[in-house]
Amino acid sequence: MPKYSGSVRSVIIALAVILLIVVVSNTAIGTTNISPVLTAKIIYMGLLEWVRGTLSWTLSLMGIPFDGSALFNSISPDVTWTDGQEMIIMGIRLPRVLLAALVGAALATAGCSMQGLLKNPLADPYIIGMSSGAALGAAIGFTLLLPIQLISFIFATITIFVVYNISKVGGKVPVDTLLLAGIAISFFLSALTSFFLFFSESLHQIIYWMMGGFWNASWDKVKITLVIVFTGILLSYRHSWNLNVMLLGEEQAQSLGVNIESVKKQILVISALITAAAVSVSGIIGFVGLIIPHIMRNIIGPDHRGLLPASTLMGAIFLVLSDTFARTFPSKMQTVLESNDIMLFQVILERIGSLQGVDLPVGIVTALFGAPFFIYLLRKRRKSLYA
Amino acid sequence: MLEVNGVIVRYGNRQILNQVDLHAENGKFVGIIGPNGSGKTTLVKTINNIIKPNAGSITVDGRSIDTMSSIEIAKNIAMVSQVISINFEFTVEDVVLMGRTPYIKGAETHEDMEIVQDAMKKTKILHLKDRFVTQLSGGELQKVIIARALAQNPKILLLDEPTSHLDITNQIDILNLVKDASRKGILVIAVMHDLNLAAYYCDKIYLLRDGDVISSGTPDEVLTPSNIKTTYNIDVEVINNQITNSLYVIPRLEPLGKKTQLSQRDIMSTFA
Repeated sequence: MPKYSGSVRSVIIALAVILLIVVVSNTAIGTTNISPVLTAKIIYMGLLEWVRGTLSWTLSLMGIPFDGSALFNSISPDVTWTDGQEMIIMGIRLPRVLLAALVGAALATAGCSMQGLLKNPLADPYIIGMSSGAALGAAIGFTLLLPIQLISFIFATITIFVVYNISKVGGKVPVDTLLLAGIAISFFLSALTSFFLFFSESLHQIIYWMMGGFWNASWDKVKITLVIVFTGILLSYRHSWNLNVMLLGEEQAQSLGVNIESVKKQILVISALITAAAVSVSGIIGFVGLIIPHIMRNIIGPDHRGLLPASTLMGAIFLVLSDTFARTFPSKMQTVLESNDIMLFQVILERIGSLQGVDLPVGIVTALFGAPFFIYLLRKRRKSLYA
Repeated sequence: MLEVNGVIVRYGNRQILNQVDLHAENGKFVGIIGPNGSGKTTLVKTINNIIKPNAGSITVDGRSIDTMSSIEIAKNIAMVSQVISINFEFTVEDVVLMGRTPYIKGAETHEDMEIVQDAMKKTKILHLKDRFVTQLSGGELQKVIIARALAQNPKILLLDEPTSHLDITNQIDILNLVKDASRKGILVIAVMHDLNLAAYYCDKIYLLRDGDVISSGTPDEVLTPSNIKTTYNIDVEVINNQITNSLYVIPRLEPLGKKTQLSQRDIMSTFA
């Protein structure tokens, strides 16, 4: 399907390169000073070890003995870093940066699909109630001491299922009904969440979670999110042409052979799942899913074959940058020591730096920077932004 | 070959189509006329399977469209509705390529692109191919939509008032295009408002009122003063327009600002 023009392809390639640079350079930023070059080396080494481990594991399953140490040693960099530095990069910062990238990619892709599907410039991943569902799940989770990620994921998914079925009229799901049902359910669930907040002991935790952040990133979270988000994003790309055709109107799309109800259902389910996966690890991060697709549409046009991947990449870049700002923002505990040679202390400092209640919630950062930029775009362009 | 047999469509308690029968062969230009609310649009949408009939059958070359998938229907039947504007910055070529949607599996092929070029050539919009559809005039846009329909390689081309909002030049341009398509073997079914254009272009006309086919046949058979009186409730004069050699329908309006009424002879002499 990729028949987008050369300029669109170069924008996408450029964004992919920028994302890579942003991931490495932002991993280098933090309380402890580690140079970007050293960071890149540490990440490269980690990647090599992972490839080697996976390779020998797979081969051993097939009964082939594997010893690639000679090969791997020849392409490995010299270890010029301390264990503490490796721990900070690989154990603390990289999973956090990757998680931010994944969540940004998920939200921007889901937002872009929803704006196309609902033909509504105000649509974002949360528009039909996923965020309120996830928030209620988290509130219940904190109050009853259940696993937050799992329960908010389940609640977000149930919400979409309920909204979809409420909106069904004679086997079809009219877009307007879907939007209104989503808003009604959102209000209802928000009221339930407030009800829980009112009685909950963990008021502060819940509110902080709802503001969104990556303070509790871990490799486990990265892996789970990666599987869901990566699959979901690829599945949404399969519908990019259908989304284009549906932009011209549902009846026209139908007459061109697009099974609109089935496409609608698939896109809703895919977007709901990747959004739920994102929200369950990061809380409710606003604005990424709304503005990133608009910015990219402004740059490369409405063709979803280019627009979807561009939004995915830009969402990842934007959220990594926002999170770096959030975690390095001078807060209560971080100003103790700038560069300390004691390895253990460095690690502890990084850990404390990313403990709950210390970081600025990234949801604040995205809206604080995103909103003025978005307003600038609105003013700069004379014609409608959503076209 | 399209056969519509005893089609009934209801919205709630209202019956929109009342046992409508319609038979048409490939290569014909069939007009559907009738006052607003007579069920014309519903009829073409039902033929396109966008509206499912409550009763009756629709077959294309003997196959019921009920048994076809939406992709199969799109390969057989294309629909051109009245498109006033498209708000998204797609190029003309992209929109015409959308006509290949039922054929494209994964990526479009070289053949698809050739068919798209050919459709743009036939509709004389090749020079617009890289323009955004947001920048086109109403007439150009309607040609793009017709090119898209032709790119579907349909057996049947449905048009729902394709020219109502266009000026006289564009109306004739577009109807000539469609007539060409019908001469090349496509069955054209067009909802039309202008009785005189219908008389000129159509091989067969169906006259609808309140969901019933009041009359069907050649323009001569259908466009009679009495048929028009029963459906539109106005008095008309039907004459033979010798310039176009087709019927011409003139409403018997009272001349404005004049005391005396024109006699039939005056009218005849104007057109003779």
